Amino acid sequence: MHELSVASAIVDTAVRHADGRPVSVVSVRVGALRQVVPDSLSFYFEIVARDGLCEGARLELVAVALALRCRECETEWEPEFPEFRCPGCDGASVEIMTGEELEVDYIEVEEEAACIAQR
Amino acid sequence: MHRTKVTIVEEALDANNTIARANRDDFDRAGVRVVNLMSAPGAGKTTLLEATLVALHGVRAGVLEGDVQGSLDADRIAHLHVPVVQLNTGSGFGGECHLDANMVRSALPALPLEELDLLIVENVGNLVCPAEFRIGEDVRVMISSVTEGEDKPLKYPLMFRACELVVVNKIDLLAHLDYDLELFLHHLDTVHPGVPRMLVSAKTGEGVEGFAAWLREIAAREAVPA
Repeated sequence: MHELSVASAIVDTAVRHADGRPVSVVSVRVGALRQVVPDSLSFYFEIVARDGLCEGARLELVAVALALRCRECETEWEPEFPEFRCPGCDGASVEIMTGEELEVDYIEVEEEAACIAQR
Repeated sequence: MHRTKVTIVEEALDANNTIARANRDDFDRAGVRVVNLMSAPGAGKTTLLEATLVALHGVRAGVLEGDVQGSLDADRIAHLHVPVVQLNTGSGFGGECHLDANMVRSALPALPLEELDLLIVENVGNLVCPAEFRIGEDVRVMISSVTEGEDKPLKYPLMFRACELVVVNKIDLLAHLDYDLELFLHHLDTVHPGVPRMLVSAKTGEGVEGFAAWLREIAAREAVPA
């Protein structure tokens, strides 16, 4: 259910950077650790985007794999499963290198706003 | 007409995090430490809270109750003569499934922060969404009851990682269940190696003093920058 909140946050971020221009693409990087259901997020995105600069924009979700690094022995690995103990030294001090992202990477905007919007 | 790419690279929940930091500043100014209590529905958050509040001798505690609807939990806490505020998330699409920083912020004026050492925020019962939203808390506690099954850390890794303490509740029922506590702890160690854990029964009181002592220690902490 929090996809609604996330969709609102994404639209707000995109609009803030669109500088008044209509948005055609919003690209978001989603880490494997974030519990975001893509279909649900896209559904809410379309609803939240209505009547604003993001109306009709395509939401592009780019999956980012989980990558971990052991602080003790510096082993780096990409677990398929959320296995956070180091496979090298069994250590518990593990750093998440990627996989926690939920970030608006970029947007694409239409430069001649007058051609769109006013329908 | 042509398309222009605008690079942003900004955390989508940045706005929430900003408000969470503002909450934290207010808590620090008032000298109150904040605990975010999270679990699935029915894990026994409120029952454990009732048992613990009584055992928190010397700590001036307040409670913020988050629920989709109603004030059942706040009414229970109010019986203990503890300042309590109920937050309902039930607007929009059937009600938000978590507390976010802004909701917590809206409740702050109703709380006597200056008179508190510890504010316990009981989040909406849910193993997914609350893990995604910081509210300005100092620590997050995850409660998992033995009736939920030992596979939960593997199914909800984010929740079991987004906490500084895991409390296993309802251990009085262990004798009646097939639940394998060792297996649960093994799964917990897989997703969150080394996280402190406590075994309690809010019903019999077993282990409650240990949890209360842990909270007393949090309440006595100096503010550390968020």
